[in-house]
Amino acid sequence: MNPLLPFDWITALRFLREGRMQTGFIIGGIAIGVGVIVFMSAMLAGLEQNFLKRVLTSQPQVQLLPPDQIARPLRFGEGEFAEPVVQRPSQRVRSIDQWQAIAAEARRMEEIAVVSPSMTGSALAVRGEASRSISLTGVDPETYFQIVKVPDYLVAGQIRLSSDDILIGVDLAREIGAALGDKINVTAASGARRVLTIAGLLDFGMKAVNLRTTYVSLRTAQSLLGMIGGVTSIDIAVRDIYAAETIAQRIAAAHPVQADSWIRTNAQFFSAMRAQINTNTLIRVFVGLSVAFGIAAVLVVSVIQRSKDIGILRAMGARRGQILRVFLIQGGLLGFLGSLIGSALGMGVLLYWHSVARQADGRELFPLILDPRLFIGAALLATLVGVLSAAMPAVRAAKLDPVVAIRG
Amino acid sequence: MADEIIRLEAVTKAYNTGLPSQTQVLHGVDLTIHRGDFVALMGPSGSGKSTLLNIIGLLDRPTSGRLSIHDTDTGALDDVGITRLRGRTIGFVFQYHMLISAFTATENVMMPMVIDRGFPSSEIEARARGLLDEVGLSAVADNLAPNMSGGQQQRVAIARALAMNPDLVLADEPTGNLDTKSAADIFALMRRVNAAAGASFLIVTHNIELAKRCDRIVEVIDGRITQYGNAGRKGATA
Repeated sequence: MNPLLPFDWITALRFLREGRMQTGFIIGGIAIGVGVIVFMSAMLAGLEQNFLKRVLTSQPQVQLLPPDQIARPLRFGEGEFAEPVVQRPSQRVRSIDQWQAIAAEARRMEEIAVVSPSMTGSALAVRGEASRSISLTGVDPETYFQIVKVPDYLVAGQIRLSSDDILIGVDLAREIGAALGDKINVTAASGARRVLTIAGLLDFGMKAVNLRTTYVSLRTAQSLLGMIGGVTSIDIAVRDIYAAETIAQRIAAAHPVQADSWIRTNAQFFSAMRAQINTNTLIRVFVGLSVAFGIAAVLVVSVIQRSKDIGILRAMGARRGQILRVFLIQGGLLGFLGSLIGSALGMGVLLYWHSVARQADGRELFPLILDPRLFIGAALLATLVGVLSAAMPAVRAAKLDPVVAIRG
Repeated sequence: MADEIIRLEAVTKAYNTGLPSQTQVLHGVDLTIHRGDFVALMGPSGSGKSTLLNIIGLLDRPTSGRLSIHDTDTGALDDVGITRLRGRTIGFVFQYHMLISAFTATENVMMPMVIDRGFPSSEIEARARGLLDEVGLSAVADNLAPNMSGGQQQRVAIARALAMNPDLVLADEPTGNLDTKSAADIFALMRRVNAAAGASFLIVTHNIELAKRCDRIVEVIDGRITQYGNAGRKGATA
């Protein structure tokens, strides 16, 4: 007997060791449950991070736009309209009124990390006989690329935006037969045109986006789209991505702008992500419950099997509290050992799945997140579940009348 | 008396008290056991001798009457007090050996001392091995309980009952499950321990021959001590 262990620990360990087949099966069951929780949690955390990264690095978290133009009905007098049918006016590209002041105020807000004005409009990319309509975005590279990680998508050339440079998608380059360093004609709807040099090729992983998205310097866009000194949007990155909608609403309430947060513009994605988190939580709860019932069932059987032993121990002077602890310790140990094996199991499956599951382009499906807090949390939770599940059998054991127990 | 260990005064025991199905098992039992006594408790099945043994062993409480151990009224003690008194004063030997199968012979003998002190120690182990040596089981001291014969297990049970230096050993048909030779050996062992250690023995038995070799026979019939005879010489050996 280990002199460092008290009576209740020694007895709990011996009982578990003696019923090794029972112990092995229940630890196996707990390990599978914990493994599923660890694997699912880590994989979903990775997928969530991946999705979030994709969404949040490819668009601003809050975008300030000029307010919609609305038509006001012409009235002759009170309740009398000149024309009862009011048509929605077409939304021409306009600059945000007083954008410098709005941007400066946004920069002063603590919740906001980066503010970048930009100008977006339609244009035609022409090279020889080929022309394609494009979305021309003029940006201040210093700030804009902190919000939208365009450099992450660069596959050739460099992120350089002098006044004669343009960054285009690989599919657009292929369609108009242009290569890195080639010059292309960019013609705006107003007829203004510039010859720009392809400084870099981008691949966003989606053909439609690769065909239309182009980046130029803010000044180039302003000059091409005929709005010198203007911007069509103020793009913002916030410190807490989940506060984006609240921040957007505050800005919209204080300024004559339309403020769109990533949460609103990606409502479907956002609710899908929430649903995934909720489903994961539900699965964890049910797996946890089944583990708890498993431990309780094994210990209830153990109390019945060991009722004579309990009676003898009580006859030899063991107090009810000591008997109670013998079974609580068994529950806790089962949970703890199961969680250790389960964590290793979950991690093994996660590593395997991470190496096997790939996206269409061969990149990893999800980043491998091995957060020690997940494993520590799983161990603590499983131990706690073990102790709680053991409570009922332990109380039953402690309450056993030694006379009845010995008689069997 | 100074050497009085147990005194029962007008002890009764009833089950289902207050119900129409109430069963009176013991009717006003008076009994005294002194230090060094070697007493046989006899009686037909259902006469109440096991109930009497359980009450004396503090495993059960009387419905009425008084049970004193060393002049302490046990009726005034709570569960913890009863458990502690039981652990330190009384040793048990059960009919079916009742060793804990998860432990070796030595560990079984160590167990009452470990329960009392909380932790095992080399001193406790040395005492356990000494006791096993006394009952002639040094060779199997490290065997698990199921790996020993019935007679060996019963010897371990006797060693275990003596672990806490009890004043009284209660043995419930300790030889009832053994062959004649093993039964005689166990009885001789108990007699020897009684003489050497001074522990009193109260032995439930159906074997009249063994009972006759005890100092006294207490016969329980229908919940009453109907015979309170002296069957042999105090200090006699088997």
